[in-house]
Amino acid sequence: MRLRRVNPIKEILRPLGQLLIFVIGSAVIISAFVLLLALLLRPTRTDIDIFQVSLILLPQVLIDGITLGFMYAIIAMGYTMVYGVLEFINFAHGEFVMFGAFAGVELLIWLNAQGVLRTSEMWLALLWLVLAVLLGMSVGGALAVSAERFAYRPLRGTPRLVPLIAAIGVSFLLQDTMRFLQSAINGDFYRTFPEFGPFAQRLTLFSLSIDERPINIAVQYKAILLISFAIIMLVALNYLVNATRLGKAIRSVAQDQRTASLMGIDVNRIIALTFLIGGAMGGAAGVLWTFRFTRADPYMGFIPGLKAFTAAVLGGIGSIVGAMLGGMVLGLLESFAASYFSIFSRGAFGAEYKDIFAFGILILVLIFRPQGLLGGKTTQKA
Amino acid sequence: MSTQIAPTHRFRQLFRGPLGVLLTLAYIGAITALLILEPRSLLWRLLLFTALALIYFIPQRPAVKVILSVLLLAIVVPTVGLRNPFLLEIGFQVAVFATLALGLNVVVGFAGLLDLGYIAFFAVGAYLWAFFGSQQLWHLNDPPGTFSIYPTFPLAAWWFWIFIPLAILAATATGILLGFPVLRLRGDYLAIVTLGFGEVIRVLANNLDKPINLTNGPQGITPIQRPPLPPFLTSPEVLATLSGWAGRPIGLNDVYGFFFYFMGLIVLIVTIIIARRLEHSKLGRSWTAIREDDVAAVAMGVPLRRTKLTAFAIGAAFSGAMGVLYASNRTFVSPETFSLTASISILVMVILGGLGSIPGVVLGAAVVTLLNIDILQTLSLLLSSLRQGNEVIPLLGVPWKNLPTQLDPARYQRFVFGLLLIFMMIFRPEGMVPAERARLELHESEEEFSPEVKLEGDAMPEEQPVD
Repeated sequence: MRLRRVNPIKEILRPLGQLLIFVIGSAVIISAFVLLLALLLRPTRTDIDIFQVSLILLPQVLIDGITLGFMYAIIAMGYTMVYGVLEFINFAHGEFVMFGAFAGVELLIWLNAQGVLRTSEMWLALLWLVLAVLLGMSVGGALAVSAERFAYRPLRGTPRLVPLIAAIGVSFLLQDTMRFLQSAINGDFYRTFPEFGPFAQRLTLFSLSIDERPINIAVQYKAILLISFAIIMLVALNYLVNATRLGKAIRSVAQDQRTASLMGIDVNRIIALTFLIGGAMGGAAGVLWTFRFTRADPYMGFIPGLKAFTAAVLGGIGSIVGAMLGGMVLGLLESFAASYFSIFSRGAFGAEYKDIFAFGILILVLIFRPQGLLGGKTTQKA
Repeated sequence: MSTQIAPTHRFRQLFRGPLGVLLTLAYIGAITALLILEPRSLLWRLLLFTALALIYFIPQRPAVKVILSVLLLAIVVPTVGLRNPFLLEIGFQVAVFATLALGLNVVVGFAGLLDLGYIAFFAVGAYLWAFFGSQQLWHLNDPPGTFSIYPTFPLAAWWFWIFIPLAILAATATGILLGFPVLRLRGDYLAIVTLGFGEVIRVLANNLDKPINLTNGPQGITPIQRPPLPPFLTSPEVLATLSGWAGRPIGLNDVYGFFFYFMGLIVLIVTIIIARRLEHSKLGRSWTAIREDDVAAVAMGVPLRRTKLTAFAIGAAFSGAMGVLYASNRTFVSPETFSLTASISILVMVILGGLGSIPGVVLGAAVVTLLNIDILQTLSLLLSSLRQGNEVIPLLGVPWKNLPTQLDPARYQRFVFGLLLIFMMIFRPEGMVPAERARLELHESEEEFSPEVKLEGDAMPEEQPVD
C-alpha cells in the first residue's frame, strides 16, 4: 500500500492513459496478427482475396471488440473487487448484471408506453438512457448487498467450498426468480430494449479506398456512448479506490481483514460496500449490454459473467487495472474470433466457437501465467 | 439439538427386534398393495422410496437390512413395474444419477475439489457410444437431420460392453488432460475451469455437425443401439407368461425396462462397493488429508497434484461409463441433456445428501432425480389440467386459464436447486445423512450428540429432561 498524498487530477488522468494504452496496444497487436495471417494465407486461397476481405472487415471488428471489451471490463470489476477483498468468486455476479438489465429495460419500456421516448433529440434520449443506467446500477447494487447480507455473510469463515456452492445457488435462484417474475407479469420471460433516440445513426470518421472500393469508417453513436459510459465508470471506480478514504479502507481490508478492523475499519461495512460497488457496476453493464444487444433474458448474465471472470483472471485477479486490460484483450479476441474464424477456415468453423475461444484463453492463462498479465501477489499456488 | 433428535430416536426404537422387521414388512406390503391398486399415483410411488430410506435407518442387523432391500428392490419394484413401467424407468434413472453423484462425491466430497462441469464427462461417454453405436458413422458427410435409411449398424450391439471400458478410458483421459494444468492452482480456479469446460463440450456437441457431421448438431443422434438381451428373455413364451402376469401385453421395450433397471441396480451396488473401498484406502485417506489441509498433507508426504488428479480422473471415469449406459437406455443423445443445470443437479444431489457420505449421496440422488423426472412433471401436468378448467385460483381471484404457460413448474428446476444449495450451505452444510467427519467438523462448537451415548443415557436419571 502506498502511503502518499494523492493528486486527484493524476488519479483521473492515469487510468485514462492506461485505458488508451490498453485499447490501442491490444487492438494493434491483434490486428497486426490477423492481417499477417491473412497475408500468409493469401496465396492458398483462390476464391477470395483474404487480405482485402480482412482489411475491409477490420474497422467494424475493432469497434465491436472495443465495445465488448469495455463491457467485460465493467463486469469484471465486480469479480475482481470482491475477489480482492474476500478471495471469493462470486458466481452470482452475472445475475446482478441481468437484474440491472431488466430494471433498465423495464423502465424504458414503461417510459415508451407513456410516450416520452418519442424524441429525436440526442440530449433528451441520452437523459432517459442515463436514467435507465442509474436504475440498473441501484438494482444491481441493492441485489449484491442483499446477496452478501443473507447468503454470503453467514458463511464467512467456513471452508472455502461452502460460500462457492452458495454462490452458485444464488445465481440459479436469481435466474429463475427473474424468469418467474417476467412470466407471471408479462407472460414471456424475455424483454426487448425499446428503439428510441438517434443512437443507431452513424458518425463517419473518414473514408478511404482500397482498390477503388470506397470504405467509410463510421461509428454508431451507440458505440461511442457505450465506450464513454464505460470510461467514465472505470475512471470513477479507479478514483474511488485509489484516491478516497473509502478506497483506502477497501484496500486495507483486502490486504488484511483483522488488522484493518484493529485500525478502526468496520470490515462488514466495507465488504458490503465492495459488493455494492461491484453490483452497481454490474447493473450498469447489464443496461448497456441490452442497449447493445437489445434482448434481456434471465439467463443473459451467465456467459458474460463467466467471460468477465476470465478477463479478470487474464489481467490478474484482484487488480482493477488488470481487469481493464483483461476485458479489453478478451473483448477484442472474441470479436476477432467471431468474425475471422469462418473466413480463415472457409466457413467450417463459425462464430459459435467464440465461447470456446474465451475458455481456451482462460485455460492457457492458468497454465502459463496464473497470476495474470499484470497480477503479482493475490494468486497463490495450490 | 438433542431436543430435536429425541423424537426421531423414539421412532427408530419402534423398529427394533423381530417386531421391527414385521412392521417394516407391513409398511412395504401396504405400499405394494396401494401401488398395485393405483399404479399411476405419485404419492404411493414416493412412499415406496421412503420404504428404502426406512430400511436404511432402522436399527437392524446388516443382514436383515440386505434381505429387506433385496425384497423391495428385486421383487416388489419389478412386480409393480409390470403394471407401471414408469417405476422401472425411475429406478434406472435414480441408479444412474446415484452412480454419477457417487463419482462426483469422490471429487467434491472426498478430495474437496469443486467440479462444476461434471456432466461433460458424462457427455464424453454418451457421445462415444452414440457415435459408434448408431449409424452416424455413415452420415459423416450428410447435413444434420438426414434420416437414416440403412437397415444395419456399423458395429454390432454387443460392442456396447466393449465401449463401457472404452468410455471409462476416454473420460479418464479427458479428466487428466483438463485437470493437469488446473489442479496445481487453488480450488476456485478448478470450479471456473470445469464450468467453462462443461460449456465447451456442449458447444462442441451443438456445432460439430460441420465440417464433418460428428454429432448431428442440436438434433442429436438417434437411434443408438441397446445391448443385446439374453435370448431366453426374448422368447415368445416368456413374453406371453409376463403378459399374463401383468394383465397387459409385454413387448421388447418392457423387457428392456427390466433389463436396464437391474443393470442400473448392479452398477450402483458395484459403485457403492468401489466408493467404500476407495474411502478407506490409502488414497482415500490422502484425499481427506489434502481436503482438510493441503500444506500439512504435503508435509506428510502426500503427492498433492497426483492425488488430486486421481480423484478428478476417477470421478470422470464413473461419469463416462454412465454416459454409455444412459445413451443406450435413451437410444438418443442431444446436447440439451448436458447443460449446466444437469451438472449442478448432480452437485445438489451430493450436497443435499452430505458431502463425502455414501448413503447420503445415494439418498440425495434419489430425492433430486424424483424431483426432476417425477414430482415437477406431475405438478406441471396438474397445472395444465387446471388450466383446462374454469376454476379460479384461491386468494388471487385469477382464473387458472389466464396463467401464462411459461409458469410451468418443470421449468423451474434452477429455482429449486438454487434454494436447496443456499439453504443447505447456511443451515446444514453437512447434508441430510452427514459423513461422520463432516458432522464433527462443522458442528465442533455445538454440543456433541452421539446416538450410542444417548441410548445408554436413557437409563440414567440425570439425563432425563426435568419437566
